[in-house]
Amino acid sequence: METQNQISINKLSKHFPVGGGKFTALKEINLNFVEGEFSGLVGPSGSGKTTLLNIIGSLDSPSEGEAIVLGRAISKLSTKASAKLRKEELGFIFQSYNLLPVYTVYENVEFPLLLLNMSATERKNAVMEALDWVGLIPKIKSKPPQLSGGESQRVAIARAMVKKPKLVLADEPTANLDAENSFHILETMLKLNKDLKTSFLFATHDEKVIKYLKRKISLADGMVAKDEYISK
Amino acid sequence: MLAFKLAFRNLMGAGLRTWLNVIILSLAFVMIIWFKGMLDGWDREAKMDSIAWEYGGGEYWQKDYDPLDAFTLTESHSKLNRDQLNEIDKGNLIPVLISQGTIYPDGRMQTILIKGIDKNQSFLKLPTARLDTMINEIPAIIGANMAKTNRLEVGDIMTLRWRDVNGTFDANEIQITDIFQTNVPSVDGGQIWIDIDRHREMMLMPDEATILVCNSDFRQDIIYEGWDFKDLDFLLKEIDEIIKTKSIGGSTFYFILLMLAWLAIFDTQVLSIFRRQKEIGTYIAMGMTKRQVVGIFTVEGAMHSILAVFVGSLYGIPLFWQQASKGINFGMDGSEFGITMAETLYPYYTLGLVVTTIIIVVLTTTLVSYLPAKKISKMNPTEALKGKTT
Ligand SMILES: Nc1ncnc2c1ncn2[C@@H]1O[C@H](COP(=O)(O)OP(=O)(O)OP(=O)(O)O)[C@@H](O)[C@H]1O
Ligand SMILES: [Mg+2]
Repeated sequence: METQNQISINKLSKHFPVGGGKFTALKEINLNFVEGEFSGLVGPSGSGKTTLLNIIGSLDSPSEGEAIVLGRAISKLSTKASAKLRKEELGFIFQSYNLLPVYTVYENVEFPLLLLNMSATERKNAVMEALDWVGLIPKIKSKPPQLSGGESQRVAIARAMVKKPKLVLADEPTANLDAENSFHILETMLKLNKDLKTSFLFATHDEKVIKYLKRKISLADGMVAKDEYISK
Repeated sequence: MLAFKLAFRNLMGAGLRTWLNVIILSLAFVMIIWFKGMLDGWDREAKMDSIAWEYGGGEYWQKDYDPLDAFTLTESHSKLNRDQLNEIDKGNLIPVLISQGTIYPDGRMQTILIKGIDKNQSFLKLPTARLDTMINEIPAIIGANMAKTNRLEVGDIMTLRWRDVNGTFDANEIQITDIFQTNVPSVDGGQIWIDIDRHREMMLMPDEATILVCNSDFRQDIIYEGWDFKDLDFLLKEIDEIIKTKSIGGSTFYFILLMLAWLAIFDTQVLSIFRRQKEIGTYIAMGMTKRQVVGIFTVEGAMHSILAVFVGSLYGIPLFWQQASKGINFGMDGSEFGITMAETLYPYYTLGLVVTTIIIVVLTTTLVSYLPAKKISKMNPTEALKGKTT
């Protein structure tokens, strides 16, 4: 059973040092995810969504307990191994897009492939395919400052998806977008989830996103308050 | 390779700031090469002039001769042997006899060196042929500086007084038959040149000399008893010393320029690492190690110096070319200050000079870029992503 889980989180806690003492952001979390989920961490601001997402993304490590992501125990990863995990298996999407401003749309999407030392032709094919998924081939030569928020986030999705990662972690991907753009982005991600079997894990309190989730994990004060599967 | 590609894109994207840094750095490059080239050119010319006017291919000194101590002059003369006289006849050696004397131009009194030289010599630039005139006075030639300080002109006649080998005072009239222009102060100031035969008669020192100047193709491994051979390395040491002092003085100047460039780059690096935290976080989220990110930022800073090489050569090469072929005119004569220096200086640029300068500047710029970038490895990626690290 356990081996089939893409992510399994066991009794995970996270404390941050504040002042003289410590602040507990996550308290004994237990969660399991299988391949191909389209799930979200929801909850009020400060409930620990980003903290958990960062640990799953190996950008941070648990204080207690363990998170096993794609067979790797996060707390035991060396910096090199965690970089390799992110480079090869994970995609990130951020609220503020985090595109590289001096690069064109094409170059932004190409970036993760450069890190993977892919050949030029392979790169070109993959980038064009990813840009096609998000409908941005006409903007290929634009630079991020020339794009709208919706377009920027679509570039970010293409960048996260271009290497066909097993898991995409998206922290408030729609927070800066209007309803129409949010809709478009979510439709795109849902389609990629279906077509490529990529798992998506969101951190959000945006109702527009929550409506799309197939599994909604509610966090409150660093604890799992509710974990529900939504049938559509 | 990746780091270079990324760094280049980032630099181009940064625009004006990049180019300002590059221009300052290129100025430093050009100034260093220009200044060093000028010194090297000066050094070469000074040495060539000294060889042409004074040292030839080296000198034999009578064993007691010490140019820094005028009192040795009464002792430092010897009779030349058969071999030496032979070589003089063949034009391989020029004998010079040196003694002290006093001239009385316009009734003033001036202690000078009397240098007797073979008036038929052909390989030193001194216009000794002008000593070969039939006049009542002793013909003498002097340098332009000597003429200027003593307000002497061609045709001037004055009394010369000296002590002969026995210490007895004697005097005669001399006439200036030529004033020559030279960049070599040691054949100019405080001395008069007369024919060595006249000088020997005056001193009662037949066939004697103080130094023997060698022709440059003369075999210098011959040993003459009582004479020390001084090679060019020894004779030109003084010029080397002067050039060394000048180049230390000049270094401070271009070190300041380099400091400016380093500061500008350091500042740019600190600022960009502070401002681009989200970008750094993003690199890490995409799977770069911190070391790779430090690498990108270091290469980015170091690349300023590579760009500076290109920008510097845009205006540096034409400038150097023009100066090396036309020379730089200083509008003054260095021999007035007692240094061998031509009015027009031809800078001397070598590939070695250019390459060493480039290597030094690129290495130091890399270091200056690395120091702030190192801070990235202490950043927490989640904090960097928030753009909040201080
Ligand atoms: N580095 C840190 N040091 C101290 N406290 C932290 C740190 N990071 C997060 N916290 C605290 O942990 C709690 C959870 O933070 P987290 O960012 O995970 O919340 P969130 O659910 O993502 O909130 P939001 O919806 O506002 O993004 C917050 O109270 C936050 O102040
Ligand atoms: Mg958050």
